[in-house]
Amino acid sequence: MTATTDGRVARASRPRPRIRRSKVLYSIVGVVVALIWVFPVYWMLNSSLLSNVVLQEATPSFLPVGGSFANFTAVFAGGTFFPALGMSVVIALIVVVLCLLFAFLAALAISRFRFRGRKAFVLAVLLIQMLPAEGLFIAQYKLLSSVGLLNSVIGISVLYTASVVPFTIWMLRGFVAGIPIELEEAAMVDGLSRTQAFLRITFPLLAPGLVASGVYAFLQVWNEFTIALVVLPDNSSATLPLWLQGFIQQSASRATDWGQVMAASTLVAVPVIIFFLFVQGRMTSGLVSGAVKG
Amino acid sequence: MTADLLTKRPDRRRITSVPYALIVPAVAVLVLAMGYPLVWQLITSTQQFGLAQQFGQAAPFVGLQNYITLATDPYMWTVVGRSLLFCATCAAITMVIGTLFALLMNVVARWVRLFLQITLLLAWAMPVVAAMTVWTWLFNLRSGVINWMLTAIGLPFHGHNWLIEPLSFFAVAVIIVVWMSVPFVAFSIYAGLTQVSEEVMEAASIDGATARQRFFGITVPMIRPVIAIVLLLQVIWDLRVFTQIKLLQSAGSVKSETNLLGTYIYQLGTGSSDFGLASAVSVFVLVLTIVISAFYVRSMLKEDES
Repeated sequence: MTATTDGRVARASRPRPRIRRSKVLYSIVGVVVALIWVFPVYWMLNSSLLSNVVLQEATPSFLPVGGSFANFTAVFAGGTFFPALGMSVVIALIVVVLCLLFAFLAALAISRFRFRGRKAFVLAVLLIQMLPAEGLFIAQYKLLSSVGLLNSVIGISVLYTASVVPFTIWMLRGFVAGIPIELEEAAMVDGLSRTQAFLRITFPLLAPGLVASGVYAFLQVWNEFTIALVVLPDNSSATLPLWLQGFIQQSASRATDWGQVMAASTLVAVPVIIFFLFVQGRMTSGLVSGAVKG
Repeated sequence: MTADLLTKRPDRRRITSVPYALIVPAVAVLVLAMGYPLVWQLITSTQQFGLAQQFGQAAPFVGLQNYITLATDPYMWTVVGRSLLFCATCAAITMVIGTLFALLMNVVARWVRLFLQITLLLAWAMPVVAAMTVWTWLFNLRSGVINWMLTAIGLPFHGHNWLIEPLSFFAVAVIIVVWMSVPFVAFSIYAGLTQVSEEVMEAASIDGATARQRFFGITVPMIRPVIAIVLLLQVIWDLRVFTQIKLLQSAGSVKSETNLLGTYIYQLGTGSSDFGLASAVSVFVLVLTIVISAFYVRSMLKEDES
């Protein structure tokens, strides 16, 4: 721990060999740690390219030498991937659109207006955001089954929208609050109506915020497993996480084709990783904003 | 024009129906998908709601009977204790490793830092179910690479089944949860560390502060708020691990010996179809979450007011 400050001193004062050596040492530790941490992701990609015969050999192959995309072709040919992909895409699109619309309106309300009940609403949003899915899924199952919406896109989309909308409101609130109202007022001085000022000045500035929140909502829905497990019991209505879980479940009873499982995992993970890289910074600051500002 | 603007300002403070109209959609979907189930759950937790009720019989009111059944059931206490212990273990290990990683990022060469950040981002971005399939494969008893490595260095792990013993089941679960949670902690604390100004550090060292004094006197107080909030989030998140436990159970283990609160509710609801009891456990989990979240919510409310 003293090393932290050592490093800083090293930069500030004349670099002495002792300190340089410690920096090299820490850098080596850093590389080793990074390699360990990324190993599971690498192993997923590596195994996805190898045949099951190679994977079952006594000594593991650490490089995909002689690998092929056969596992991916087999997963596509299995016939269950595309229906699950379709299900996930449709649900994600519905939820992202609803979520952005609802959250945008609510974020406007709490950051541009002071009204009675505002504080209660903010409190409710924050509290609901913390509620665990496991604490409600029995009741949500019952709700959907009583109106015949189990295994349906509509049913789960409503549940997802409700579970994602609180954090989206919170995130967008930050963006709206970051745009000074004076900009709108200046536009109004120049003769625009309040609505026009909002649409022409504030809304375009909000676009990055809407994109970030939309991607966040997408990731939540794309990865969600718990609620889906409960309210989508039919295999035919499985989303991607449920479809992928089906592979593990088989492994308990019969030999699993791990090459295909890893190919399937890769297919589920890659779009998420790409999207995630876009929003990571904003997500961190959204969750710990109060603390990191300094 | 300026006069017009001045008259417009107080307008915003006048009671208007606009903000209420704006929050109606969000409130509606929350009431429908969260509020209604919440109320139903509270009511059901005071009813006898078993298989017969699933097929339409009226559910008799039993007062606090479900809660009494749970409170006097040693298994419930086992699950609660297990969940708390699991949560504490994961949160503690995650915080320690995450903090060390953040400190490490601060002292390594720039390209190493970038490399470390990219690898952590990859781990963080992995969808939970995909991560679970990979880890199940890594710990696979016959061809898993972990057993192979341990055997290679001479340990008796050939064909070792990690999931059959509850203790090693939870060790695997802790490793997976920590692996997934460390990146967020490391990035957040590193963000806090970068705000400790070099000038202050330099000034302190000119004034004769030792490295240790600078760390505990300047760095730690500066990053304490971040650590507090990140720790709180970890506790909340680790208390609600469901997916990881459920998927490890599916990969082959004795459910009753590895249940945490989430999977216990699931088992009560879907396996035994005892919605009354399942609702009572759910209510317990919700109350527990709200109590722990209260601190987090309070700090976020302060942020809202500022």
